[in-house]
Amino acid sequence: MSKEIIKIEDITRDFTMGAERVRALRGISFTINEGEFVTIMGSSGSGKSTLLNILGCLDQPTSGLYEIDGIKVKNLSRNELATIRNEKIGFIFQSYNLLARTSALENVELPLIYNSKISTEERRERAIKALKMVGLEDRMDHTPSQLSGGQQQRVAIARSLVNNPVMILADEATGNLDTRTAYEIMSIFQDLNEQGITIAFVTHEEDIATFSSRTIVLKDGNIIQDYKNENVQSAEEELAKLPKENH
Amino acid sequence: MRLLNLFKIAFKAIVLNKMRTLLTMLGIIIGVASVIAMLAIGEGSKESIRTNISSMGSNIITIRPASASSSGVRASADEMQTLTLKDYEAVKDQATFLSYATPLVTGKGQVINGSNNWPSSIYGVNPDYLKIKVVDLQSGSMFTDAEVKTASKVALIGQTVVDNVFPDGQDPIGQMIRFNNIPFKVIGVLEVKGENTFGQDQDDVVIAPYTTVQKRILAIDYINQIMASAVSEDDAPNAVTEVSEIMRIQHQISNPNKDDFSVQSMEELISTFSSTSEMLTVLLVAVASISLLIGGIGIMNIMYVSVKERTKEIGLRMAVGGKGSDILMQFLIEAILISVSGGALGVLLGLTSTVFIEKFLNWPTSVAMYSIVISFAVCAVTGIFFGWYPARKASALDPITALRYE
Repeated sequence: MSKEIIKIEDITRDFTMGAERVRALRGISFTINEGEFVTIMGSSGSGKSTLLNILGCLDQPTSGLYEIDGIKVKNLSRNELATIRNEKIGFIFQSYNLLARTSALENVELPLIYNSKISTEERRERAIKALKMVGLEDRMDHTPSQLSGGQQQRVAIARSLVNNPVMILADEATGNLDTRTAYEIMSIFQDLNEQGITIAFVTHEEDIATFSSRTIVLKDGNIIQDYKNENVQSAEEELAKLPKENH
Repeated sequence: MRLLNLFKIAFKAIVLNKMRTLLTMLGIIIGVASVIAMLAIGEGSKESIRTNISSMGSNIITIRPASASSSGVRASADEMQTLTLKDYEAVKDQATFLSYATPLVTGKGQVINGSNNWPSSIYGVNPDYLKIKVVDLQSGSMFTDAEVKTASKVALIGQTVVDNVFPDGQDPIGQMIRFNNIPFKVIGVLEVKGENTFGQDQDDVVIAPYTTVQKRILAIDYINQIMASAVSEDDAPNAVTEVSEIMRIQHQISNPNKDDFSVQSMEELISTFSSTSEMLTVLLVAVASISLLIGGIGIMNIMYVSVKERTKEIGLRMAVGGKGSDILMQFLIEAILISVSGGALGVLLGLTSTVFIEKFLNWPTSVAMYSIVISFAVCAVTGIFFGWYPARKASALDPITALRYE
């Protein structure tokens, strides 16, 4: 049995909106093992964003247990959570969130700046390596405005890889991209997953889920489905099937 | 390491927003420049007063009669006849902090040479007077102690008197002049000293032995003043104390509040006049400080806007592991960088404008090192003070809200 990266038990998360209590998560349990590629699906309001925030240590559950890489997250301070985010998690956002007027290389270096154990030279080396993994080694000094949407998201992926996280958390990472580019990005994710990187991918697009090995479906704060995907599609093959664009 | 990284981030943010940074700095630049220029003007005028008064003899000590209240009737100090030659002799003999001393009697009158006449003052002194006042002679020589003893009718005259009573340019030495109808033989001409700080012409003077002035012109036996010089400028306060004690014994006064004389050093005179210009300096600096304050508020304003504008960036930095303290330091360093580099430019501008003020307005200026150090320190403090609140606000942001901020 492989190592448990994520272990959550009976997690709830309540918000108080004025006088009303909103129960965003109503007792969720699951584990994610090392090397899994999990998509978390659900319509808006299903609680998937809340779950993602908790998984990403940006938020704390109201009750329940959350362990990431064997560390209990409950009752950690803001600074301790920041350290976990810095060392264990790679974030990818729908809107890329790259720093404007800053080169791709510097964008990728960003998480390592907040890790004082890593020297300037090592930071540079690792950022270059991460950019090579997403195939952008020849665009390292381009700023986001000089890159296409797909390239920007690839920079963001490189940024999420640079700190050697135990898990990559992607939030609608293909939401802003056309189908072709989205499939390109998914094929990168699949490559990374094959190299053993654990991925949790939040999306509401059905076809994206077919590229993952497991799908968790949320509705109204509960898990309604959690199944292994027996027939994982190859994003590369799907990409080849798409009608060729006229250049 | 961590600080260096944060420093780099802050520096980058500044460089990426050159125009905005420059405009923000402008407040600080103007503030610092005006503080430095104002202080330079203040210091300059203080210094010019000091050198002016010092040119009159920096370690001069004067002893004058003062109005005494003990006798019931209070007389004006000028009319007091309480200062005598005995006092002078006692001071001269007993004081250890004095190098020279002279009695001084003064009178006003008309200087006449043939058909030319000129109203002037006569100073009756002893030969030490020149050393006390640090005056040299253009020509001729000073009268001697023997001439004082015999009350000789000899006189030295200042350039203004020469110009007015010897208008033809003839050599006054050896000529006879009359002062209030008493004939004097001119034996010397004083070097030109010009006006003193109070606008008094120091060359409009006739100097003669005090005995002659006392007997022939004023017909008095008291003296108006004792003028002395301290051994050194530093010893002036000691000399004042010592002379006061001697005078108290002379006049049998036990309570210093009832002194019927006053002893004053130049140092006191300087401080009296400096205090006026100091007041002015304080006012000028106060005005300049207000502009520095406004500059600081400008920094706060921009930092506040900058935090708002970069909320999403802050969220991202937090998401990838930036701690609250990292964000705080980043913005604080940015504010300090702006204010300190603004301060440096302000110092440059202040120094340049000081040079211009001196050159084109002919105002005396003097840049004090402390004014540069202080305004620079104030800048750093301004940066911390006004950068703190926006930086604090940035560091307290919730990463989730910040990330979703549009």
